[in-house]
Amino acid sequence: MTKRAFYDKAGRGLTLLCAAFVIILTISIIYYIGSKGLSSFICNGVSLREFLFSDQWRPDRSLEEGGPQVGSLAFIIGSITVTLLSVGISAPLGVIVAIFIVEIAPGWGQRLLQPAVELLAGIPSVVYGYIGLSLLVPLIRSLFGSGGFSMMAGFLVLSVMILPTIISVSTDTLRAQPAEWKHASYALGATRWQTIRMAILPAARSGLITAVVLGMARAFGEALAVQMVIGNTREIPTSILSPIMTLTSAITMDMGATVQGSVWNSALWSMGLLLLLMSMFFILVIRFVVRRGAVQ
Amino acid sequence: MNAKIKNNLATITFWVGAGLVLLILGTLLGYIFYHGLKSIDWQFITTPPETIRAGGGIGPQIFNSFYILFLTMIISIPIGLLAGIYLAEYAGRSKLAEGVRVAIETLTSLPSIVVGLFGLLVFVNATGWGYSIMSGALALTVFNLPFLVRVSEESIRGVSRELVEGSLALGATHWETIWRIIVPCAFPSLITGIIITSGRVFGEAAALLYTAGMSSPPLDFTNWNIFSHTSPLNPFRPAETLAVHIWKVNSEGLIPDLRRVADGSAVILVLVVLSFNFGARWLGRLIQKRFTAV
Repeated sequence: MTKRAFYDKAGRGLTLLCAAFVIILTISIIYYIGSKGLSSFICNGVSLREFLFSDQWRPDRSLEEGGPQVGSLAFIIGSITVTLLSVGISAPLGVIVAIFIVEIAPGWGQRLLQPAVELLAGIPSVVYGYIGLSLLVPLIRSLFGSGGFSMMAGFLVLSVMILPTIISVSTDTLRAQPAEWKHASYALGATRWQTIRMAILPAARSGLITAVVLGMARAFGEALAVQMVIGNTREIPTSILSPIMTLTSAITMDMGATVQGSVWNSALWSMGLLLLLMSMFFILVIRFVVRRGAVQ
Repeated sequence: MNAKIKNNLATITFWVGAGLVLLILGTLLGYIFYHGLKSIDWQFITTPPETIRAGGGIGPQIFNSFYILFLTMIISIPIGLLAGIYLAEYAGRSKLAEGVRVAIETLTSLPSIVVGLFGLLVFVNATGWGYSIMSGALALTVFNLPFLVRVSEESIRGVSRELVEGSLALGATHWETIWRIIVPCAFPSLITGIIITSGRVFGEAAALLYTAGMSSPPLDFTNWNIFSHTSPLNPFRPAETLAVHIWKVNSEGLIPDLRRVADGSAVILVLVVLSFNFGARWLGRLIQKRFTAV
């Protein structure tokens, strides 16, 4: 084999190795987080039902008082409600802005809004958290008279954070739609709104759903920005003004303060595993939506 | 209500939506810069922080952020580039390629706190390094890699096929073509993509809390012995980055001038990240001009 042929083979092998590394890395993340996350059920004897459906969170209670309890329902509900509420704001607003960019003002709208969206996406999440803490929390406190640290502060911060994701994915989808359908709709005498509602939006449906699910995944997994503004009370929230705690904020706050192997610590790893499973679930949803969209 | 009125109402809604996004962005940036620029001066960005008294700076945090970013990029660029080359040039529609794509999707959507947890298990505990710059850089590699693979795959796919076929027709091997033709041609967009991902890495905090740690030992910036504990270059010392510092002072800070430190840190973090984002595009265009005369 000549030197050139050898380099050719070796180069190919090297790229293959790096590609395989990405797969191995992913599998080892799933393996390590999975085995550590399951240890609270296997080693510490916590029942899965207690972890998922009980709101009794007393991880530091001594054995004489009945042993530690790690029901994480309050955190799970916190994560889910804050995610859904933020998507409830951002999904309509994001799609509206994407339509504005693509259909209403393709020229200057794009030149002005595209960089604006990139700027929003570029602001680091701790900065969002800090602005939430120093601007939004006092505002909520003075408007509604509560403590300010609340679910409301959390989902408002999150909705701004996931907006760029939703806008940019929606914009790409809308732009990829064939122009003929739009032209056909206008030719039939439809107004712009009718065209958007009946030709453009239905055609782009699977892409728009993907955009929203991606935003949802980002909201569910966000840790610090949320943790800084939600007040972190370990109770099931009763209104949008009550302080709450999410899975990510529980991990952020307690992981460094608990002893490895304790029930409390293991429960935090199980929450990490739950976050991992949720992010994989969101990917599956997207794959499903895209496949169905492709069939239609 | 007839179709025309509905149409006008819809148009107004779209304008309001677009205006709202611009308003939010303006408020955010205005707030950061108005409060931040008041708080920074040369002393603030060069001196170490105080724990109880007022008047501390963020010098070591800025250094740590750049140092971790540097190490992260050193580790992740070769892997990301080569994996991207594999996907764009060799993989085709093979099973392995499909596996890599699924892996990248999984890694992309992984919450960064979970990346931090993985780092805590493997790079902090299993290696025995404890909270260290190296652990942080490896965790950020995991965080950064999927984006980098995508960037390099897309850049390489963007190279015109005629050039590639010309090179192959002249008798160059595939590997020679990749290194002499494809990578140089993809260079401008590679650089742009790499700098943009750097901005993400620079602003990341959640993955670093339990890998690089939340404290910074006293540093002696005249000590260049990388094995010394006070040397800023020692990769096995704990290091709090700028992004982590913003979180830390707000949640556990005892200093009386907390607000000033947080404002100043936030504006510097945002300035660096935004200059990465916009600098990347500018540099990409510049290199494009210099290299290709197009």
